[in-house]
Amino acid sequence: MIPELGHYALVLALVMALAQATLPMVGAARGIRPWMQLAKPAALAQFAFVVFAFLALMLAFASSDFSVAIVTQHSHSEQPLIYKLSGTWGNHEGSLLLWVLILTIFGALVALFGENLPPRLKARTLSIQAMISVGFLLFMLLTSNPFARLNPAPVEGEELNPLLQDPGLAMHPPMLYLGYVGFSIVFSFAVAALIDGKVDAAWARWVRPWCLLSWTTLTGGIVLGSWWAYNELGWGGWWFWDPVENASFMPWLIGTALLHSALVVEKRDALKSWTILLSILTFGFSLLGTFLVRSGIITSVHAFADDPTRGVFILALLAIAIGVPLSLYALRAPVLRGGGLFAPLSREGALVMNNLLLAVMTATVLLGTLYPLLLELTTGRTISVGGPFYMATFGVLALPLLLLMAVGPFMGWKRGDVRGALQRLIAAGICALGAAIVAVWIKSDGPLLAPLGLLVGVWLLVGTLVEFMERIRLFEGNPARIWNRARHSPRAAYGMTLAHLGLAVAVIGMTGAAAWKSENIKVLQPGQALTLQGYEFKLESVQGIRGENYLADQAHFVVSRDGDVISNLYPERRQYLVQPMPTTEAAIRSMPFADLYAVIGEPDGKGGWIVRIYHEPLVAWIWFGALIMVAGGLTSLSDRRYRVGAPVRAGAAQAAKA
Amino acid sequence: MRRLIFLLPIAIVAVLVALFWIGLDPKRDKSALPSALVGKPAPAVDLAGLSDGAPRLTLAQFKGQLVAINFFASWCLPCRAEHPLLKQITAEFGVPVIGIAWKDKPEDSRAFLAELGDPYVATGTDQNGRTGIDFGITGVPETFLIGADGTVVYRFAGPLSPDGLREQLAPAIAEAKQ
Repeated sequence: MIPELGHYALVLALVMALAQATLPMVGAARGIRPWMQLAKPAALAQFAFVVFAFLALMLAFASSDFSVAIVTQHSHSEQPLIYKLSGTWGNHEGSLLLWVLILTIFGALVALFGENLPPRLKARTLSIQAMISVGFLLFMLLTSNPFARLNPAPVEGEELNPLLQDPGLAMHPPMLYLGYVGFSIVFSFAVAALIDGKVDAAWARWVRPWCLLSWTTLTGGIVLGSWWAYNELGWGGWWFWDPVENASFMPWLIGTALLHSALVVEKRDALKSWTILLSILTFGFSLLGTFLVRSGIITSVHAFADDPTRGVFILALLAIAIGVPLSLYALRAPVLRGGGLFAPLSREGALVMNNLLLAVMTATVLLGTLYPLLLELTTGRTISVGGPFYMATFGVLALPLLLLMAVGPFMGWKRGDVRGALQRLIAAGICALGAAIVAVWIKSDGPLLAPLGLLVGVWLLVGTLVEFMERIRLFEGNPARIWNRARHSPRAAYGMTLAHLGLAVAVIGMTGAAAWKSENIKVLQPGQALTLQGYEFKLESVQGIRGENYLADQAHFVVSRDGDVISNLYPERRQYLVQPMPTTEAAIRSMPFADLYAVIGEPDGKGGWIVRIYHEPLVAWIWFGALIMVAGGLTSLSDRRYRVGAPVRAGAAQAAKA
Repeated sequence: MRRLIFLLPIAIVAVLVALFWIGLDPKRDKSALPSALVGKPAPAVDLAGLSDGAPRLTLAQFKGQLVAINFFASWCLPCRAEHPLLKQITAEFGVPVIGIAWKDKPEDSRAFLAELGDPYVATGTDQNGRTGIDFGITGVPETFLIGADGTVVYRFAGPLSPDGLREQLAPAIAEAKQ
């Protein structure tokens, strides 16, 4: 009964979305106030129906209702509760429902907190948001009904893919979706502004919190995914340039560009049409990601089952959702006049460079992702594009971006003093060169990547700190006055400092992890030991254990250095009971400057076990850096200036953490 | 002229959509790419064995029986996904599977098999990817069926899935056995 109610709620949500998509739009064009005001209750009702449907599906998973087809396919009665719940979005239909849920969350938030938006802009924004809902609700109801029943119902389900049974991955899709579906509302704002024909500083202020919120959650979502790969796949890697990873990375890159270009619209009334274009494209990349994952056009482990009819449907959605706004853009954007001219050497000039580099970086990732498909369709030949391509293109572009990132904040609006900026960065330059020399000294025959990566990482880290110290004039006056200045420095500025610092830390981590990783592999009998980088891993024992829904061989390593015991590691080799698939649970000991990572393989049949250990320098810095970036996003989001007169309140910031 | 610049985004999107449209053609079966090799003698294989002291891998030693060749690499995530199914090919259909580690460091391939289990009767290393080129593979993983007479019978590009195994590979094996 409840699944049918859930299904019915989706139909009602569709009806609400249809009303919300049409009446407010017409009302805004003809100046009929009641029709415009309809957007708010419609958005709230639509949200309520989708929440109901989502809870109904979650209940079916929680109670292992195997009469619902996707529950049978992706759950099992003996699965731990958290993975029953995360199974709700661990499949095509359920994750689509999550997609729509987030779409309506953002619509409802704008409806609730957008009291101070101009009525026309608000009506049009909500109307466009509802059009996207209509598309996706139709997609769900016509091709991918999450509530489809099985008759007769099987007694037991097929279990969630064991690789997905990991706490990091339980949270990864909701975070990621909050991010990339969140950009839908920025898209709606942009299209509404195109219809309005007006883009100004106020518009940029209204859009900014939504953009920040989406960027922050997207950052968190991507990092959770990467963290999962590191923990679960058992070979110490954290990024693979897989098409689907790229699909979430492209909206992040272009969204980062958008975050910065919106600043120029706000402060200088320039770059308007570019910002509108970025707003449309960011969500366009989100849709592209959805298409790549769900159509089966590209082979990837992340992909859901492929089904060409679904692919055609999403492609049509993509074509309409991006094609119509871009056509409108071609018509309207040429008349969006920017404010005054601006000098190339200025804050806005630096932000333009940032945007250019980020846009080209996005293009290289897009090319790398689609090139195999392009080549296959045109010549029939197929290739795979891997890490080396991205290092040679993306990596090379990242270097100047990171160098510039330290300089930009020193530049004033309108007219920047490059010489002054560089003078103040002398300390950063010295530290950066020092770091590069240390990198060469640590390993002189290592890849060029190590000194270069450390150079830009340290440069950005120190440069950002110096900029912060100058901003609050850390060495002038008595402590009370410094404290006062620090307290009154705007939170948005703190946000920037944190986000840039976080990236610097993450870059240093990525460099260390990529350049200095080392590993050792051997067959060990219990009692024997293996050494790596001065650490001794002694295999004490291997014993069989039983988890809730798996059996495992659990090894016990004692790790010591110079005779001092540092850690006990317990890696497992799991065999899930329902799906006969071995998975590895790496055991990781994180230390400030390196991770020790141990994996246990197959027994050799003679009492020995294959053991693999990794020494991963600085890997923890990647997660820590990302965490600082997320903190920066949240700090900036809490800036009062954007709450006053902006459609975001604490509620949205809370949603970001949820 | 200025207006043309504003038309650029929509033009690019139109090209992409067209590309995807062709790509979605249901007849384009990614996993069963027609191979020019089907029906022809399999390219010669002569590779160093993967484990220390293993003999060189050649196809001659398998002449007279239906075998599968699976190209894999430790760095390839889809290979990891299809891995449990490889044993099924031998267990369910009685077809031995030969592994070729493609563009992969031997120690990495060994670690990969150590961790996930070794489903192969014999494994060779194709470090420079020459044999992969001879077979015309598009990437890893790919699986070929070689008939008793040494001709290529079937090609499956991409990771095997339970469905792919049941609906595509199994019929091909049944046909080859007749």
